[in-house]
Amino acid sequence: MTATEWLLWARGPAFEIATVILVMGIIVRLIEILMLGRKENLAAPKGSATTGGLRTIVSRSVPDSGTFQRSTFTIVAGYIFHIGLFVVIFLLAPHILVFSKLTGLSWPALPTTIVDAFAVITILALIAVLINRLNNKVKRYLSGPMDYIVWALTTLPLITGYMAFHRIGFSGPMLIALHIMSVELLMIAIPFTKLSHAFTLFLARFYNGAVTGIKGVQS
Amino acid sequence: MEPVKSPMDLNPAVKSTGAQGETVGEALRRQGISRRGFLKFCATTASLMALPPTMIPRIAEALENARRPSVIWLSFQECTGCTESLTRSHAPTIEGLIFDAISLDYHHTLQAAAGDAAEAAREEAMKENYGNYVLVVDGSIPLGNPGYSTIAGVSNEDMLKEAAAGAAAIIAVGSCSAFGGLPNADPNPTGAVSVQEIITDKPVVNVPGCPPIPVVITGVLAHFLTFGGLPELDQLGRPVAFYGQSIHDRCYRRPFYDKGLFAETFDDEGARKGWCLYKLGCKGPTTYNACAVTKWNDGTSFPIEAGHPCLGCSEPKFWDAGGFYEALSTPTTDIARTAVYAVAAGAAAGVAAGALNKANKKRALSEHQTTTLDDLSPGT
Repeated sequence: MTATEWLLWARGPAFEIATVILVMGIIVRLIEILMLGRKENLAAPKGSATTGGLRTIVSRSVPDSGTFQRSTFTIVAGYIFHIGLFVVIFLLAPHILVFSKLTGLSWPALPTTIVDAFAVITILALIAVLINRLNNKVKRYLSGPMDYIVWALTTLPLITGYMAFHRIGFSGPMLIALHIMSVELLMIAIPFTKLSHAFTLFLARFYNGAVTGIKGVQS
Repeated sequence: MEPVKSPMDLNPAVKSTGAQGETVGEALRRQGISRRGFLKFCATTASLMALPPTMIPRIAEALENARRPSVIWLSFQECTGCTESLTRSHAPTIEGLIFDAISLDYHHTLQAAAGDAAEAAREEAMKENYGNYVLVVDGSIPLGNPGYSTIAGVSNEDMLKEAAAGAAAIIAVGSCSAFGGLPNADPNPTGAVSVQEIITDKPVVNVPGCPPIPVVITGVLAHFLTFGGLPELDQLGRPVAFYGQSIHDRCYRRPFYDKGLFAETFDDEGARKGWCLYKLGCKGPTTYNACAVTKWNDGTSFPIEAGHPCLGCSEPKFWDAGGFYEALSTPTTDIARTAVYAVAAGAAAGVAAGALNKANKKRALSEHQTTTLDDLSPGT
């Protein structure tokens, strides 16, 4: 296959396949979780479940001082690469065009050079957390093959995207094809791995907060 | 510096060609081209081919003394746009006259002869210069049915094979002959193919573009006249000297891309300020050609300079590579519709899976048996 054919495949059939697997997979998972339901609580509520749930979504995103002191590196590096991923995925003009075609919505982009800087910082942060994972005995013990696969699937699109923007290593069509295909691998992996936390995280936090909120306990 | 070789040494093929025995230099002088204009062309050619300035006198010397080689130009499934491009090299500019300085023995559009006389000219040129003529092809070749395109009753495929057999060099001019082009676009009703899909035993120089830049066509011919061989080619058979860099990398609007300043429509502020045309579907990042360097219409401008995104016409399958006005980053299919179907299917599957989980849980509950102390005591 020529570079052009790879690019056409990546932008056409491969993107369709990846979208169907991602969307179907996430919807199935979310509905399964929601249909698990909750046991009826017969006790008189001492507080609001909704308020507790919403508060926890925010409060659990802010580390308390004790945790921060114990795991400074994990929290700082984790924040950096999550914010970096958000900026790179949602605030680069060519990416917004994809979301726009999918949803009809559009929003302003950041200047490309700023997104480029975020991409570099994100890649560095991801490399740092990998080194930390390998050097920290507890983290290494807790890590299975899937953790490393998930790391690679997250980092690969950043690296191919950086290469595509700076036009390193391959022809123009091949660079864009490689970048899109690496994103498609990530899309396919999300519903089947812990990467699905992107869609379940706030649901889980709300649930935790709601359980304590109805008991009148702050969490 | 090593002495300048004679064109005969540089290009043995030139020796026996030259239907009229006139050198290129003589032909140019006869047509009133100044030495200064000629050297300017040689300098441009040298810089386009990424050759050092020391090569300019060698090119001049070689071209000056080269016998005019016989060129046979075959036109198959094409629109004559490639010929139009070549003739619009602003005669009497040097590019046009270099073209006059070859012996163009057969060309549908440009030759005076017609019918049997034209075919006789082709056959005679092929016979006289067998093994030494340059074969230029524009247009694709239909393999679906030979009757789709014939010349004097001869199918394009047969004529190409016959002419290629005695050619010293084959140059596929235009995207149709290089890659199949428009006739090859989905659903390709004529079964159109490129020259190199038929001629596999000889190297083919692809000079794609819809149409190609005039100076690129003449530059490839000049290379053959000067050095006797074919230029360095890329993976798609294109001369690296002209197709080595992408439109994007040489685009004067590139700083706007880097800054994230884009025209959103053809008449907004960004368009008026000359910002990047990426969002309007520019294929510059995936297109390799010399437009941004040599420009068109005697160096006036090129499509992006005129405010229109690059269509990617010098790349294979450019008609099928998504919409001309769809940005390169976007999916080529109706992805929103696919996503809606996926949501519906996911919801149905999710509800079914959830119901199954519930049923399992219920059955487990109903089958649940209370453990008693007796169950736990040993020996029961």
